[in-house]
Amino acid sequence: MAITVDASGDLSPEEQKRLKADLHRSLFRNKVRACLLVAPLVVFILVTFVAPIGNMLIRSVEDPQVNEYMPLTSEALQDWDGQELPDETIFAALAQDLIAGRESKEIGKAATRLNYESSGMRSLIMGSARKISRIEPPYKEALIEADKDWADIDNWKIIKRLSSSYTSSYYVAALDMETSPDGEVSFVPENQQIYLKLFWRTLWMSMLITAMTVLLGYPVSYFLASLPVKKANVLMILVLLPFWTSLLVRTSSWIAMLQSQGILNDLLVWMGIIADEQRLQMIYNALGTVIAMTHILLPFMILPLYSVMKTVPPSYLRAARSLGANPWTAFWQVYLPQTIPGISAGAILVFILAIGYYITPALVGGQSGQFIGNLIAYHMQGSLNWGMAAALGVMLLVLVMGIYGLYSRFVGVNNVKLG
Amino acid sequence: MSVPSYAGPLERTWYYAFRVFCAAVFIFLIAPILVIVPLSFNAEPYFSFTQGMLTLDPDAYSTRWYEEFLTSDRWLESIKNSVIVAFFSTFLAASLGTLAALGLSRSELPYKGLIMGLLISPMIVPLIIAAAGMFFFYSSLGISQSYVGLILAHTALGTPFVVITVTATLSGFDHNLVKAAANLGATPTYTFFKITMPLIMTGVISGALFALMTSFDEVIVAIFIAGVEQRTIPMQMWSGIREQISPTILAVATILITFSVIMLATVEILRRRSDRIRGIIS
Repeated sequence: MAITVDASGDLSPEEQKRLKADLHRSLFRNKVRACLLVAPLVVFILVTFVAPIGNMLIRSVEDPQVNEYMPLTSEALQDWDGQELPDETIFAALAQDLIAGRESKEIGKAATRLNYESSGMRSLIMGSARKISRIEPPYKEALIEADKDWADIDNWKIIKRLSSSYTSSYYVAALDMETSPDGEVSFVPENQQIYLKLFWRTLWMSMLITAMTVLLGYPVSYFLASLPVKKANVLMILVLLPFWTSLLVRTSSWIAMLQSQGILNDLLVWMGIIADEQRLQMIYNALGTVIAMTHILLPFMILPLYSVMKTVPPSYLRAARSLGANPWTAFWQVYLPQTIPGISAGAILVFILAIGYYITPALVGGQSGQFIGNLIAYHMQGSLNWGMAAALGVMLLVLVMGIYGLYSRFVGVNNVKLG
Repeated sequence: MSVPSYAGPLERTWYYAFRVFCAAVFIFLIAPILVIVPLSFNAEPYFSFTQGMLTLDPDAYSTRWYEEFLTSDRWLESIKNSVIVAFFSTFLAASLGTLAALGLSRSELPYKGLIMGLLISPMIVPLIIAAAGMFFFYSSLGISQSYVGLILAHTALGTPFVVITVTATLSGFDHNLVKAAANLGATPTYTFFKITMPLIMTGVISGALFALMTSFDEVIVAIFIAGVEQRTIPMQMWSGIREQISPTILAVATILITFSVIMLATVEILRRRSDRIRGIIS
């Protein structure tokens, strides 16, 4: 492009305008180029990772079974006020649904869903569906004749509540609460609470594990940071090798170490510390989970701590000492405050990783060492109550995101370091 | 660091206690991994040392578990599956991640923090949640219980590592080199392959190794979305530990440990090379 310059050496106004436009265009082009580079991965992550999680979010409030497989009853119940037993039209709608559902063999799905709310609903629905071909109008009397539970107004209230396609019932259940047939929400008796107890256990065990990693990791990081780089790099292998070793390998080695016929118990018996018949139960309980997870997560504490401690000049400690501080004061007032970023980075990382754990608690945790992740897996694969699994997953996700928010405020996403 | 000559007895005791404590932590870190190796040569089907092993009786040792591993169809199948899935997902993760890191290192990119957060999210979100979500979503797309589904899932989980390592390499990258190349008449493509690529290669490779390791070691998502046909090594180990626990697991573990030693060494060498190239003295 030719630029014409007038006699005074300045650009003519038109030229200035054109240059400005050119600059803008070129900046814009650069912006587009940067976006195009990032776009493939952004789209990929959105489709393969974010969409599944969004889908799970929807699933945790979705409740289509009753609406889908008992459509006429659901619709008829819309105008029912819940004061007294439904009238004949609603019973007739129910009869139609039962006939259709029996033919398509899909009434069981609605029955199963209703049974999550109140056990006994399944047999009520399935039993009536079996008898429906022999039932004649008027349906109200005939159905109550077939199963007197149809005269129980609470059962009707449950069907009405579930007849909408969306529900908060999974979250209510995941908070160990129940909805009475009248729609009031209250906590279930303490001895029946499962989920809150498990959430608390997951939280406090994760805190314990985090505390253990700080306790073990801080002195070791300090030791590594105070060594010459060559020596530290050699010892660092002892930290990095576990870090690079498969999670399942480490978990199975803890089984070999801790089980009652395992290495640690053998060693204790051989040394005469415990008798052969009183071998310690160190695995398949909460203790096993804590030991194995502390081991697995310790490198995640040592690595950020070490990299922060490397930046603290040792002369500060010496200066404090020469100014009269005793070793403890020098450490507490001078050294520790400078390593706080490392501690918080490591602790939040370990804590986030710990509360989402599944594999290790499942393999070494027994009954008392299970985490919330194990319950999610159980609802996914065991009970097939997928709505419940989704609700628990969303709650765990909110928890993790909250803590991660703290993490990025303290540390910043860009400061995540590997190896 | 050594104990100074003027230190009093208390300080001396403290100093040695501290060293003993650190040694104990190092043993805690490494012992479970080292213990696996001799146990995998156990002649008996136990997870503990037998009398014969402790007296170093050669008959107490055998390679039967390795033979079992290498002759079992299920294990061989799982090796094949792991290699297929790890290869494709690593390749995808490395390509997509490197491109994204190049974009992220440009100052013109808007909403950088948000994009970075999104791209790193597969590393932050607990795997059990990702697994549950993917199970529903991939089933509805009809790609669960297939190689495609598993490869896509593992790619998503591996990309954050590539993004992080390559972005780190690029942070020390001198953008004047690209301008110089353009000035000398090189096309952008030529510049990329001749100037940029060799300089960020170490970051790309170590990111790819992280992604490879992630895929090779990943079990939670695999349990949920892979079928019997796609059974990987970690899945086989998982069911092995839960069902018929046998020292074959330990033989596999030993092989995997060897594998991680090689990985660790490679990444370390690459890291030093990268530091040297970028002029950071190690």
